[in-house]
Amino acid sequence: MTKWIDDFGAEDDVIVSSRVRLARNIEDIPFPVALVKEKSQGIFTQVQEAISEGFTFTSLEKTSEMDRKVLVEKHLISPNLIKDYENSAIVLNEDESISIMINEEDHIRIQSLLPGFQLDQAYKIADEMDDKLEQKIKYAFDEKIGYLTSCPTNVGTGMRASVMAHLPALTMTRYISKVLQAANQIGLAVRGLYGEGTEVVGNMFQISNQMTLGRSEREIIGNLKDVMTQIIQKERDARATLLANNKIRLEDKIYRSFGILYNARILSFQECMKLISDIRLGVALDILKDIDSNKINRIMVMSQHAYVQKNAGKSLGIKDSDIKRATLVRRLLGNND
Amino acid sequence: MLCENCNKRTATVHVTKIVNDQKAEIHLCEQCAKESEDILIDTPFNINNFLTSILDSIQESPIKVDYIKTTKCDNCGMAYGKFKQIGRLGCSKCYGAFEEKLPGLIKRIQGHEVHVGKIPKCAGQNIRIKKEIENLKNELKNCIKTEEFERAALLRDKIRALESVPKNEE
Ligand SMILES: [Zn+2]
Ligand SMILES: [Zn+2]
Repeated sequence: MTKWIDDFGAEDDVIVSSRVRLARNIEDIPFPVALVKEKSQGIFTQVQEAISEGFTFTSLEKTSEMDRKVLVEKHLISPNLIKDYENSAIVLNEDESISIMINEEDHIRIQSLLPGFQLDQAYKIADEMDDKLEQKIKYAFDEKIGYLTSCPTNVGTGMRASVMAHLPALTMTRYISKVLQAANQIGLAVRGLYGEGTEVVGNMFQISNQMTLGRSEREIIGNLKDVMTQIIQKERDARATLLANNKIRLEDKIYRSFGILYNARILSFQECMKLISDIRLGVALDILKDIDSNKINRIMVMSQHAYVQKNAGKSLGIKDSDIKRATLVRRLLGNND
Repeated sequence: MLCENCNKRTATVHVTKIVNDQKAEIHLCEQCAKESEDILIDTPFNINNFLTSILDSIQESPIKVDYIKTTKCDNCGMAYGKFKQIGRLGCSKCYGAFEEKLPGLIKRIQGHEVHVGKIPKCAGQNIRIKKEIENLKNELKNCIKTEEFERAALLRDKIRALESVPKNEE
């Protein structure tokens, strides 16, 4: 089970998941960018000694390429971590709400990922994990500028708090660019589905703090929460407006998308994400009944490239992949034809 | 690189757009990016490129950095030039090695210069208390500005209490 996918959280009609990530480095050891292989093992050992029962440590070198990609698709690790998989590792707890990336851009990146709008809870979990590691590991910390990170964009708190928001109505009504510009102006970054440098698909936006220095963790999270509360309200208002003015058109769009997902035999990832966005909106507006948000999360995650192949048990070409994806989605929606 | 839209200003916003499953790279200046709603609708901002562009603009500033004098970190061997290329520091000592140039860059990226958040236990009790006093003093200043005198009095007591904690020998 993966908590953010299979569990429910507050405001999950708009906010799919909340995440807090803390970047940490071990004193006196070069950052991963300048690290030789022998030393990366030393970091593994330090982390292994600091974690307790209930956590699984996996060196990425011992995993298959498919499994590594699945971890990315579940948002448990960043695409960046698997680029240098021979020198990196991941620690996971049982419900995968805590993951620790080892030797990504920094030695240690503690990540807490929860369903819905739960930033305070996510910070609490990450903070406690950080306290636990700190008992055994001596962090690189500077009195003036805080936690030292490989990229100066993370220095200070080393914290990136983010939410994954589904904003279809703001996109349809073309308010989204104004909302995102406003978010940008007050120091928030907006990114695509897999974080840095990835495109927005299925109306999913990852919104996070840009600055990490000069504000406390609580302030940063408070600021993001305030802005997101407003964006959630704006998205709900836009949905209400669409319903009030274009109910039949909106229903038509949602039912058509459902019809395609329920029946299609060939589905590309891009098309699938587009259609799932409509389904998610339909569920949030109670137009589509008998589907819950977990099921949509599951479809969203399982229809990604590596997941489809994992399900098939072998690597597939694009054509076979699209066929397998369509089958998977039909089954998940209860169509066994 | 020049902005693809106006061909006048430097492109600082680099976006990837997917149209009919085709990836297209678009490079715009900040102004054109702001005006172009279509592009913003489905594009992320790339923080790495953002950083690189800040570094570029520092390099292009009229105050030319002294290129002959190469700055290098003794601990990990990272040269400042390499850091500018890859946007990553090699070790925690790089912060000290590049102390002439880094603070300006950090100020530009972060808008601040001083950490006010969590402090690890390894940093020592004394630093923790000192930091906390600094934070409380800042808060106190704000309270006085906004005339929240009751809260200000509370904060002052807290500061006094912390200041009277005996210093640990470490
Ligand atoms: Zn331009
Ligand atoms: Zn260094």
